[in-house]
Amino acid sequence: MSIMPSRRSNGLAHFRWPAGYVVVIVFLFLLYQEILPLFNTSVSGSVTSWLPVATVNQCLMWAIMALGLNVVVGYAGLLDLGYVAFWALGGYTAGWLMAAPFNWTWNVHILTSIPSSTAGTHINFWFVIIIAGVLCAILGLLIGAPTLRPRGDYLALVTLGFGEVITQFFRNSNDIGGLNVAGGDGGISVIDPIGTGPFAYAGVPKGLTNNTTDNIYKILVLGLLVGICIFISLRIREGRLGRAWLAIREDELAASMMGVPLVRAKLSAYAVGAFFGGIGGVANASGVTGAVSPSGFDFGKSVLVLLMVVLGGMGNVWGVTIGAFLLAWLNGTGLQQIGVQLDSWFGTNLHETLPRYNFVILGVLLVMMMLFRREGLIPEKRTKALMSTPNRTEMEAIGADIAEAGMETEVFEHSSPESDAAIAATAADVTPLINKES
Amino acid sequence: MTAAPVLQHHSGGQDPVAANTLYADRITIAFGGLIAVNDVSFSIAPKSVVSLIGPNGAGKTTFFNVLTGLYDPTEGTVFLDGSDINGVKPHKRAALGMARTFQNIRLFNLMTAEENVMVAMHSHLKAGILGTVLRLPGQRREEREARDTARELLEFVGIGKVEGELARNLSYGDQRRLEVARALALRPKILLLDEPTAGMNPQESATFVEFVYRVRDEKDLSVLLIEHDMSVIMKVSERITVLDRGNLIAEGTPDDIRNNQQVIEAYLGKTGTREGKRKK
Repeated sequence: MSIMPSRRSNGLAHFRWPAGYVVVIVFLFLLYQEILPLFNTSVSGSVTSWLPVATVNQCLMWAIMALGLNVVVGYAGLLDLGYVAFWALGGYTAGWLMAAPFNWTWNVHILTSIPSSTAGTHINFWFVIIIAGVLCAILGLLIGAPTLRPRGDYLALVTLGFGEVITQFFRNSNDIGGLNVAGGDGGISVIDPIGTGPFAYAGVPKGLTNNTTDNIYKILVLGLLVGICIFISLRIREGRLGRAWLAIREDELAASMMGVPLVRAKLSAYAVGAFFGGIGGVANASGVTGAVSPSGFDFGKSVLVLLMVVLGGMGNVWGVTIGAFLLAWLNGTGLQQIGVQLDSWFGTNLHETLPRYNFVILGVLLVMMMLFRREGLIPEKRTKALMSTPNRTEMEAIGADIAEAGMETEVFEHSSPESDAAIAATAADVTPLINKES
Repeated sequence: MTAAPVLQHHSGGQDPVAANTLYADRITIAFGGLIAVNDVSFSIAPKSVVSLIGPNGAGKTTFFNVLTGLYDPTEGTVFLDGSDINGVKPHKRAALGMARTFQNIRLFNLMTAEENVMVAMHSHLKAGILGTVLRLPGQRREEREARDTARELLEFVGIGKVEGELARNLSYGDQRRLEVARALALRPKILLLDEPTAGMNPQESATFVEFVYRVRDEKDLSVLLIEHDMSVIMKVSERITVLDRGNLIAEGTPDDIRNNQQVIEAYLGKTGTREGKRKK
């Protein structure tokens, strides 16, 4: 049944990973809920300052985003520099459906634990997740239909513009033809927190929701969402659509000649990515920030998600998830905490400056990755093959070219096995360089 | 021989559109002011093996690209199975039964041999996103059947043992075979082979001729070749069309072509010297 040459990853994909994943998430939950309170404050304090619960939640939220962009960039090979747009739309969908924006006075309550006397629209988190995902997928299709025709660099530019347009739209959204659509610069707040919605309807006692440990329970909810995204990512890669995406990534022209409808296949990658982006947006607005405003949806966020994908290993679900955790942690707590640590060792004052230079540091990190580990932290098997070993026919072709040139100039007319070996060695040396450049 | 070639579409007086699997009716292709192919008609009868030859720059590849839908002809119409396919996108033509291989092998290098073949089944498979994610019974059956078919095809072209190997790791000859297997996965009515024997040694070329007939007979299709190797062309083709500088200069059986003065002047003479050079 194995599609990939490695059976190990396949087995993992089918049976083992969900169990392992659940163990990790439940462990994180238990760590903060049960284990840490048992220790004295110096132990639990250092754990929570290096990895606060809020940062765990942020990491999980970013993992959703990175997995979504991975479908677009990693699977289908479409460079999307405006992925933040779907994150924003997802967030605003939460704003519209899980808050009392502006001076809306009506009460719409669907399966929430928000008191029914509260004004505004309050819809169950899980419904909003689905609505936002579908909305973003539709937006992805609408935007993608005209923009996915250009190739490579042009597509990157178009998506970059699209990301900016969406942000500007929300910035000016307090007066769309006289109507306040999304609160302009101020955005929408307060958005209903996750904890109050699902748990009240999932049988969790009321006492556990809506309290100070709310953040800890979010680990389970966000963990479940990440799990679903991983599941979809892994499954979809192995089917008809996943193959078409990989084929497009490999050779667009050949794919179309083999009956793959390019625009449709690209659109579906874009829509699936957008769906994840919408989920990430709701998770962010409801689970992490509790509010949305245009200033949060800048170009830097698109770049950050792209970094997570590249750093983790384009196309590899696990690499991308870990890349997301690493960068989200660095961005959220890590840099500051490293600064604090350095301060206490050397008496410097870095804990304020380090986080401000986050993009410089991430940039340097990316450059280092490109120099020393281009395929990412956990590379996809295929990419790894590409980076580490030369293409067989290419190598043979170079060998043949060199040999042919030699024969034509008749310099190597009396070639010996040694000189043949030297030619082959040159070919093997040259080929990785060519691969890297292409 | 007369200067103007007589077009024979061996249709026995029938309507050439209906009688042929593929019929290209008076195709002209111009790039700006440059006419690459000038008023060429061309036909492929059901279950035939035909070739398109001509010196470099004769317009063979351009004509080939019109057939597969990469270019639209400036003038003229292409008919596949009696219906006009002008303006039909390449992927639709592929699904309609026009499969090709590439002169410079274009496999999906980082996909396995089996996956390469399965990509070409895209248009025959139906599974959607939901079916794939939930692995519904229909999707699972479809995938299983597709995988079996892929293995059969790999077996058919003689590389049954390499299904799990990445395409880039295959030897040159196996890559050429894999390209044919991938094209056959489209269940084509016409198989277009673009210089299939490039890089093959004489023994391989000889086996190739048998292989073409085996494909034709077992897969029930027509084969169109673009080829430079005259010995292969003369052995494999039932009919040959000769282009020179965008014009059709001859059409007929290998014997007709061999004795056609115009062809000898335009093509064979030059090729003869080139072949002589290569042998040295």
